[in-house]
Amino acid sequence: MPENPVLRRRIRGRPLSAGGYGTTASLVLVSPLILLLVSAFAYPVGRLLWNSVFTPEPTLAHYARIIAEPLYLIVLWRTFEIAFIVTALAFLLGYPVAYAMARVQGRRAILVAACVLVPLWTSVLVRSYAWIVLLQRNGIVNTVVQEMGLSKAPLQLLYTEGAVILAMTHVLLPFMVLPIYSTLRNIPDEFAKAARNLGASAPQAFLRITFPLSLPGAAAGTLITFILALGFYITPALVGGPSTLMMSTLIAQQTTELLDWPFAGALSAILLVSTLLLAALYRRALSFSKGFSNG
Amino acid sequence: MHGASVSLRELDKRYGRVQAVDQVAIDIRPGEFLSLLGPSGSGKTTLLMMVAGFEQPDSGVIWVGDRDITHVAPNRRDIGMVFQRYALFPHMTIAKNIAFPLRMRRFSKEMMSRAVANALELVQLEGFETRLPSQLSGGQQQRVAVARALVFKPPLLLMDEPLGALDKKLREQMQIEIKRLQQSLGITVIYVTHDQEEALTMSDRIAVMREGHLEQIGSPTELYDAPATAFVADFIGKMNFLDGECLRHDARCFEVAISRSGTIVLDSGSHPLVTSPQRGARVRLAVRPERIELVPYGSQNLNGLVEAVIFVGSSHTFLVRLAGGELLHVQCQASRAGNSLCEGDRVGISIPSNSVLVFPQMEC
Repeated sequence: MPENPVLRRRIRGRPLSAGGYGTTASLVLVSPLILLLVSAFAYPVGRLLWNSVFTPEPTLAHYARIIAEPLYLIVLWRTFEIAFIVTALAFLLGYPVAYAMARVQGRRAILVAACVLVPLWTSVLVRSYAWIVLLQRNGIVNTVVQEMGLSKAPLQLLYTEGAVILAMTHVLLPFMVLPIYSTLRNIPDEFAKAARNLGASAPQAFLRITFPLSLPGAAAGTLITFILALGFYITPALVGGPSTLMMSTLIAQQTTELLDWPFAGALSAILLVSTLLLAALYRRALSFSKGFSNG
Repeated sequence: MHGASVSLRELDKRYGRVQAVDQVAIDIRPGEFLSLLGPSGSGKTTLLMMVAGFEQPDSGVIWVGDRDITHVAPNRRDIGMVFQRYALFPHMTIAKNIAFPLRMRRFSKEMMSRAVANALELVQLEGFETRLPSQLSGGQQQRVAVARALVFKPPLLLMDEPLGALDKKLREQMQIEIKRLQQSLGITVIYVTHDQEEALTMSDRIAVMREGHLEQIGSPTELYDAPATAFVADFIGKMNFLDGECLRHDARCFEVAISRSGTIVLDSGSHPLVTSPQRGARVRLAVRPERIELVPYGSQNLNGLVEAVIFVGSSHTFLVRLAGGELLHVQCQASRAGNSLCEGDRVGISIPSNSVLVFPQMEC
């Protein structure tokens, strides 16, 4: 084919070959991963789900409890709500960063990349504590607000839904930026130039060419961020309070404090199924980008 | 559709310490096919990007017709452009790709579909409307790119090595097609290429670029027969170079010693002298392979040994080694005599005085 093979592969989204390994060799190569998945993931999760239905005897009582008690449904709803807001915010904040990362060159490119990657390499725990330092009653934000005379009493910033959303958005931002960056980077410069040459203004060229072509990355970034946000534990547990209880915190309480494993299993099952359902729906909804994504 | 005249006035562009474009001035007639020819890094693409509006010249002015477009945004220049790898939008059908410039110009639906149909007919791709670019062959994508660049009837078309990705057969076919299209539409074309054969085939005039400056501009035959510099002589077509020292130069004749190989005596009046060297000056003689004749050994004061005979269908090429070590390419029609020569034969070399170009010896 007299065209750029890399471009072609990316656009069509099909790998050129399986790399030339036969079935047996392929199985041997993936067997360590399969073993790890079965022993460290599939078995414990399966055991948890099994317990939710068969402990102490075959019963749906644990699931009935979730539906009967409004608190659990509220927590489930709040979890999805927060995950959605976090994903939307991360997208709005992350896309321009990814765009800048893909466009700038030289020393500035390293600087922008560092701004994205250094947080990613820093422990989630550290970053969550950093937010506590910023937001606590006598923290930096409150000090500044009071010094400027905007408020007499310290504001309640920590342990609010806003704090959870803010901190989670910050922690999850790199997972949004990186996939978008990688698709943007692979879009040849010539496309936007051709659009400009054919009469499109810079915003038009972006909206009609660059943005649609970056949708596969945006889809991947939003999906990863949303799924991570649904099951996020450390940050909500640290900066959130009782009023911002999320599913993962709830499940942790059931397993570590109340030792109610079957009920934790039921909660996990609900979270897992709704996550899978949503991911499937999302892929279906994004099928308009078929032809240049692998969806 | 009428081609516009284009005038590039003393364009300059510097990237850091590199002078990418150096005081380039070219006037292009309406409907002319002008090639910018040069090796990579010669500034030809930068020059094209300036006309398209993707690079700003540090100084100088660009006129298209009677309009100064030096500081006009690229989307307001109304110049068609075919990119190196076509840059067809992969998420749009062929029809949508071609309609894109019309959509940007707010054409009505009916006008748009009529113009798209006409453009596809122009490049002989009727019936491809609903395909995606990835479903087309390289040659077809190339045609779509041309159709998209022409559909809004620009007076000037820029082409940036548009045939580089095609194989030789297809490239030759497309050269003829593009030329035919350009002539029937009367559109002005600026065509960037590093392939001198392509430039010779298609162009009305060729501008040879080198390290940012314009080395020479002229018709293909002018550049071939009367190159202004040794660089142009070397870049356009095949050329033999012989370095030597000027032994004598007066009104009648001009004698050059070619290292240990012998001497060449030229009529002072009958050959294009690029410089007028003094006695003792180092000069570089240039002669085309097809202008050299092989004669019986000893009949000339320049002799050599046939090292190889290459048969290329219509002609033979002889590689002849001179006593001083220089290697000459000599091209003879296949039907001509002298074809009985084979490797190892000694031959005399006859160079007609009027086919030798003399350059000062320096760079290259």
